[in-house]
Amino acid sequence: MTKLAEWLSGLTLLGVLWAAVTFDLLGLDLPEAVLQVSWPLPVFLLVALGCYSLATVGYRVATFNDCQPAAAELQRQIQEARTDLQGKGLRF
Amino acid sequence: MASRKSPEKCKEGADKYSVLLPTYNERENLPLIVWLLVKYFGETEYNYEVIVIDDGSPDGTLEIAEQLQKIYGSDKIVLRPRPKKLGLGTAYIHGMQHATGNYIIIMDADLSHHPKFIPEFIRRQKDGNYDIVSGTRYSGDGGVYGWDLKRKIISRGANFITQILLRPGASDLTGSFRLYRKEVLQKLVEKCVSKGYVFQMEMIVRARQLGYSIGEVPISFVDRVYGESKLGGNEIVSFVKGLLTLFATT
Repeated sequence: MTKLAEWLSGLTLLGVLWAAVTFDLLGLDLPEAVLQVSWPLPVFLLVALGCYSLATVGYRVATFNDCQPAAAELQRQIQEARTDLQGKGLRF
Repeated sequence: MASRKSPEKCKEGADKYSVLLPTYNERENLPLIVWLLVKYFGETEYNYEVIVIDDGSPDGTLEIAEQLQKIYGSDKIVLRPRPKKLGLGTAYIHGMQHATGNYIIIMDADLSHHPKFIPEFIRRQKDGNYDIVSGTRYSGDGGVYGWDLKRKIISRGANFITQILLRPGASDLTGSFRLYRKEVLQKLVEKCVSKGYVFQMEMIVRARQLGYSIGEVPISFVDRVYGESKLGGNEIVSFVKGLLTLFATT
């Protein structure tokens, strides 16, 4: 199953469950409290997902390791390499 | 079609590592990356070769590669030039055709990937008996140098969306600093059809589909050429298209 198919079946299943509860399709006679929560649930989850995404990406950008020592080491090694290679006869 | 030679090993059971370096206008950087490869491989006992696949660079990259061949020997520096820019996938295929190693290391020739990580890649591969070891900028103490805030946001954002949509089992999909078993790379390159960043992503996704095991090593990525804006609107659009294609077809 492709990822797209997985997502579509997952969303369809959740959609059916949500509709069954919210519109009382199965005649289960659920308490009012349950209906009040389930009705706005999709929007709520979407907003929660959006907040989670922003927070996660923001955190990862803030903690993105900055390899200053690696850059400095590279510069030193470039100098060392150029000197060594010139000594071995390389014409840059 | 060129005939394929079977890989020769020096001793029974000895591993050999072939480093594939596709180059285009890397006259400045090629000697430096080769020097670093020779240095770090020299500090290990491993057998290796460096295969330079130059796509007809007008700046004389091939000429300097020939000089390097004279300095280090044609068993260590192998030249597999091509007449013009023909794409990364075919460069790998072309480079592998005469590779005598049983492991292939792919990396960029512009010094953003540092050969000092190669012994760690090898160790990781042996520890976990992995089919693929991928360098990651996003986990452990991996990281980058030379990116501004905008670039970091785009990079992390794109990776986040990719992880959610594809659940690939590797933290850095667009990276191109990797170690592959030779037969694994051969199989994957035949199957992959995308270009650019998406090609590297597709390799990992297909590897997972085929049941190959993937290990990771945190790496530092030193970007010295960012000033020349490698990440334009076009690249972002083709990335999104490629991502959606992989989402819908794998």
